[in-house]
Amino acid sequence: MTTDASPGGAIPCTPREAAGAAGTPILEVRDLTVHHGQLRAISDVSIRVRPGEVYAMIGANGAGKSTLMRTIAGLHSPTSGQVLLDGKDVTRMRPERRATAGISMVPEGRRLFPSLTLEENLKVGASYARKGSWDIPAVMELFPFMEERRNQKTGQMSGGEQQMVAISRALVANPRLLLLDELSLGLAPVIVQRIYGVLPRILESGVTVLLVEQDVSQARRVASYLHCLLEGRTTLEGPPAQFTSEQVEAAYFGMGGVH
Amino acid sequence: MAWVNDIIQGILLGGLYALFACGLSLLFGIMKVVNLAHGDLAIVGAYVATGVIAVTHVQFLWSIPIMIVLMAAVGYVLQRSVIQAALSKGELATLIVTFGLSVVIENGLQQFFTANSRSIGTNSSLLSNSFSLGSQIPIGWLPLGIFVVAVIVLLALQFFLSRSKYGRMIRAVADDREAAMLSGVNARHVFGIAAAIAFATVGLAGVAYGMSGQFSPSDGNSSILLWAFASVVIGGLGSLWGTLLGGIVLGVAELIGAQINPSYEALAGYVIFLVVLVLRPQGLTARRSQS
Repeated sequence: MTTDASPGGAIPCTPREAAGAAGTPILEVRDLTVHHGQLRAISDVSIRVRPGEVYAMIGANGAGKSTLMRTIAGLHSPTSGQVLLDGKDVTRMRPERRATAGISMVPEGRRLFPSLTLEENLKVGASYARKGSWDIPAVMELFPFMEERRNQKTGQMSGGEQQMVAISRALVANPRLLLLDELSLGLAPVIVQRIYGVLPRILESGVTVLLVEQDVSQARRVASYLHCLLEGRTTLEGPPAQFTSEQVEAAYFGMGGVH
Repeated sequence: MAWVNDIIQGILLGGLYALFACGLSLLFGIMKVVNLAHGDLAIVGAYVATGVIAVTHVQFLWSIPIMIVLMAAVGYVLQRSVIQAALSKGELATLIVTFGLSVVIENGLQQFFTANSRSIGTNSSLLSNSFSLGSQIPIGWLPLGIFVVAVIVLLALQFFLSRSKYGRMIRAVADDREAAMLSGVNARHVFGIAAAIAFATVGLAGVAYGMSGQFSPSDGNSSILLWAFASVVIGGLGSLWGTLLGGIVLGVAELIGAQINPSYEALAGYVIFLVVLVLRPQGLTARRSQS
């Protein structure tokens, strides 16, 4: 999966420099340390996500990517460090308050409401929506298959369809920052391309994207900024064009981890 | 003819049992809280209604909405404080906490109202009257009224859960609490609303019980909780209409048992409860397949 001729490669990402180097980052994470019980899942990680960019976190299984996302969304409390949204400290804010403040997350494994219909899932997503261009008709246009299956329970849908519903459920809240956790996990490459294919339209609407991706080539294709974690620590960060595949591989598996 | 009478009276009694059971089923279905204080809360509802009448001298009928509001408020506050604190420590902790609540409530009621039994006087001759169906089957207006109220409550709950915005949020939180929070839903507030509804329905059931006969502080634990549990289990956990079916099965079984021998009334109820538990543990109306 190293071909760059995919539709995902054509995303008009705002260059990091043009996004206003002077402007405050939409999301800033400062020296974050998170524990899972005794285990130190994340150690002193800092990130700065600028408006309009696609910030990709990569890393192997257990690198702490999902823990970082969950901490940003408020589902985990950090041991130390801060999470700032638009310069405001939200470290102690409950997850539902962060959602209404503009952080929406598509959690790992989709996590739809299985006993609710597709449309009801979207309505729950829109319960506390901010003002903005996304609403239920708009996401139905984004993923047209949803229109005629609006009254179906989501439990019966395929993984790819569920992922699209999960993205739609997050979008109808009109987030400023969209967290996408392992979108491609367990999905066929064709479906993954289709899902990443809507990323440009999401970015056009002014939503900033922070995503976690295990598939490095996929992350390199869509990202304007790459951040690699290894065992909870930052091993590499910067615009993807700066790095050779070997550098990324070394950061991903650990220095000297030659395969 | 006596058997037909038993079945009809049993069905009507099932309405009262369903009223007891629906709040228990709701709390379990949404929060996985097995509320062991449920029966005592019914008795609290009955005392609150008598208390409201004694203090404000309102007509009996007006004491019911006041009781409902008070019970709902108590439910919301208890959920947001004690039960929520227990929930965050695990499902087992809620068992211990609600058991503790049950002990506190029962003894508190005995302290304030003594252990003497009393009943709710309605001063309405209509409610103590009955009409005859055919020539030998008397239908009391009160049991019939309670049955109708139970059906209305279940219909209202069904409509609320399936159609309203809050009902949708309650179902979403029951499905996946974290995912609901990520959508901006305040799960603790939603739990509070569910508890308020459960407490209001069980309070209503307690008033119905108090009108039907005598009640005393110890009834909550000794009989009401068991009726409610049996109805929920027979009907199927998490199914609202299942509680009505379960209540009816329980009521009919009890009256038929009493027809055979008056001392078999409670026994027959437990036998049917055990039979269902053995042969169809998911209940008669399994709404969700056990996945």
